[in-house]
Amino acid sequence: MSDTIVNLPDQSTARIPKDNYLTRENGLLSWLLTGDHKRIAILYLISLSFFFFIGGALAGLIRLELLTPQADLMATDTYNKVFTMHGVIMIFFFLVPSVPATLGNFFLPMMIGAKDLALPKINLLSWYLYMAGGILAVYTMAAGGVDTGWTFTTPLSTHYVNTNVLTTGLAAFIAGFSSIFTGLNFIVTIHKMRAPGMTWFRMPLFVWAHYAASILMVLATPVVAIAIVLIALERTIGIGIFDPTKGGDPLLFQHLFWFYSHPAVYIMILPGMGVISEVISTFSRKRIFGYTAVAFSSVAIAVFGFFVWAHHMFIMGISNYAVLVFSLLTMLVAVPSAIKIFNWTFTLYKGSITFETPMLYAFGFMGLFTIGGMTGVFLGTAGTDIHLTETYFIVAHFHFVMVGGMLMAFLAGIHFWWPKITGRMYPEKISQLAAVVTFIGFNLTFFPQFILGTLGMPRRYASYPPEFQILNVFSTAGATILGVGYLLPVLYLTWSLKYGAIAGDNPWQATGLEWQTQSPPLTENFTEMPIMDHEAYDYEWLEDQQQERRKDAGVTNAG
Amino acid sequence: MDRISPVIWQFLVKWMTNFPLFPPEASGLAPQMDALLFFLILVSLIGLTIVILLVTSFSILYNKKRHPVAVQIEGSTLLEAIWTIIPLGLFLVMFVWGALIYFRVFTPPVNAMNIYVVGKQWMWKAEHPGGQHEINSLHVPTGRAVQLTLISQDVFHSFSIPAFRVKREAIPGRYTTVWFEATKPGTYHLFCTQYCGTNHSQMIGDVVVLTPEEYRKWLAESTSGVSLAQNGERLFASLSCSACHNARPNARGPSLANVYGSKLALSTGQTVTADDSYLRQSILNPSEHITQGYTPIMPTYQGQISEEGVIALVEYIKNLDSDYRIEQTLNTTDLLPGSEGKAGNAGQQPAGRAQAAQGMVKQ
Repeated sequence: MSDTIVNLPDQSTARIPKDNYLTRENGLLSWLLTGDHKRIAILYLISLSFFFFIGGALAGLIRLELLTPQADLMATDTYNKVFTMHGVIMIFFFLVPSVPATLGNFFLPMMIGAKDLALPKINLLSWYLYMAGGILAVYTMAAGGVDTGWTFTTPLSTHYVNTNVLTTGLAAFIAGFSSIFTGLNFIVTIHKMRAPGMTWFRMPLFVWAHYAASILMVLATPVVAIAIVLIALERTIGIGIFDPTKGGDPLLFQHLFWFYSHPAVYIMILPGMGVISEVISTFSRKRIFGYTAVAFSSVAIAVFGFFVWAHHMFIMGISNYAVLVFSLLTMLVAVPSAIKIFNWTFTLYKGSITFETPMLYAFGFMGLFTIGGMTGVFLGTAGTDIHLTETYFIVAHFHFVMVGGMLMAFLAGIHFWWPKITGRMYPEKISQLAAVVTFIGFNLTFFPQFILGTLGMPRRYASYPPEFQILNVFSTAGATILGVGYLLPVLYLTWSLKYGAIAGDNPWQATGLEWQTQSPPLTENFTEMPIMDHEAYDYEWLEDQQQERRKDAGVTNAG
Repeated sequence: MDRISPVIWQFLVKWMTNFPLFPPEASGLAPQMDALLFFLILVSLIGLTIVILLVTSFSILYNKKRHPVAVQIEGSTLLEAIWTIIPLGLFLVMFVWGALIYFRVFTPPVNAMNIYVVGKQWMWKAEHPGGQHEINSLHVPTGRAVQLTLISQDVFHSFSIPAFRVKREAIPGRYTTVWFEATKPGTYHLFCTQYCGTNHSQMIGDVVVLTPEEYRKWLAESTSGVSLAQNGERLFASLSCSACHNARPNARGPSLANVYGSKLALSTGQTVTADDSYLRQSILNPSEHITQGYTPIMPTYQGQISEEGVIALVEYIKNLDSDYRIEQTLNTTDLLPGSEGKAGNAGQQPAGRAQAAQGMVKQ
């Protein structure tokens, strides 16, 4: 028995199908004016990677500055701009759209057996809005940057800085509409475009996760848009809504901002959880343990996620009783995440497990997300939050969730679906190496930050007391390794576009509808409307299908 | 060994021999906070170990070589119930324990002595009741509950003393409080932890914990000769507050004697407790609350008086006793440092006042 499930066609005769979504039309305009969800996903993938590497370079500068206790590499103002732009770019232009706009855009319609998203032009508009926002953000960085922190805290952002607050706010505002349109498109598509037989409880968990995230995108994003507009009005004409000297309330901004920005972390992580469900099922050859529990836990996270925002404000002077309520609700939102982790773990039980790259990233996700989630409970516990909030503990916590969780899930998904997107396999050995390097680099970068935070080192500091240096040196060393871990996939994935082995329709023998069509898919995805006559993750159905096909092939050969 | 690289070697010797993994415990609260912290760490480690053990053992037992054909299992309601209820139960324990500590940190004891702290870009100014001023440092005695009343003059700041495990935001436009009782003499870090602009990372200082004797000595050495309340009294006169608030029968403003901590009837029919925040609001935005029987004629002092000035006025009004005369407050010699019972006096307020101080935590 081999220790891989990869099942490739005979490489000497296999060809990439002549007609597919990549070859159907040619020329730059055929891309820039496309309505095809798959092409839009590719546009997103390229632009996301671009913004990710800008954000990553800024992270590199932060870690370099923190190598020594003094602010010696750059002026404190520059440092403040660097971490602000790192946050703005990574959150609004990488993490929020990462999985939904690329993998979600590409595979959500295919997974439910649809030809495209319900609103293809709106989908293209989303990308243009995203690009407009992203380019504006990069332009403001070139034009002097902004130093409010990505949280735009008032009254700092309204009265006390002279940097490009308005343009950066506008960039986030525009990108917000991109997010709203994507969410809207997904909700309409899931409701109206499912193939015959594709009932709600036959949908892959990836689709459930995107449905939950879409609800958050549509309902929460407008609130941050309002908050940004209010900041603009306060800055330009001084309406005084956040200004205490005019009877305004600076805490109001915190409420508005976190009403979006807390659900936003679930917008970021839920689609990643969807990826992990697909990957773990495929590489253990098993239906996800407790399918309905995992599906409903996504919805539960989305619903509870709306009612925990004030846990960002425990020490800001909200009433003690509000703290009680929000601390309790925060505990409740932690439960569905625990349910997911245990269900994924038990999916492995009595499976037939192989360890291709996507699975390694998924394992990495489970470990790091467990740490990220548990440390979130440290911060949701009102008492310990007092000591740990606003320190490197919180920095480590959200990087465990966002980088350890989301980025691992994103990379798992990119590797998992790479054969479907491009028709070619990525090189397995070096990819596994990259996954391991990323994991080691990540832990070395962010684990010391938990200790730094417990010691009390505040976040957003350009200089720090000398006794914190050793842990910062570890962290910077880890960031270097992490950087290598991220560069490797760019190199070998680009290489594989020309030299990768031809993948065939279903190299992983996965059950999703997206795998039952050619790779790369046709522009219309399926030659005929698929009919869903089985449950999700039904490996016995897949087995029967393949046997039938082999029999047919045998008959044809004999004939 | 040191031939490998002198730089690396020096680095190792210098830093590996002296790098902390856990902050010092220097307040009465710190051991309580750490007990909860260790409980959380323990639960996390157990949870993480369970996940890692299960994933590893399943990966070994059920890898494709050893277990070529997967057995399809739908799920298990019992298991779902187990891993819903057990984490939920643990989280609820953490919630209750955390809430108890939270209430402790933000509910000062009635006998706490009060120090005002004003945050501004980029420094911390502390105002002691005896008139001592400090910048970027805070002297406190051991064995005595100290309440900080914080406010910011510009943007959000956050006053953090990791060794005490306390932290509280200083917010523009309203007072917030936090308290602690230092237990170990020494010098500890004081950080601003809320990002506040250019020199955020230089808005740091030292918290110096002294024994009660040393503290009394420090008070005597650092005095400016005028107590905070006396400063307030001067301001009260120079801003002509006394023209109306003078306790005469025909005064245009209500008497302020004994007003602190009392319940006031407003013209709207509501009653409010006159705490620090109420006094501050009434100085800066007088027309918001009008005491019953008076007309809204008081001008606003917004922009004419600094946060330190407001604090001095509030402290003055706090110390106004039954007889409403200037001589009376000039004789509050027990507020001066060095005198017997000085440290005690500022804290020994009637219960009503202490409640007003606590009321500030709630908004």
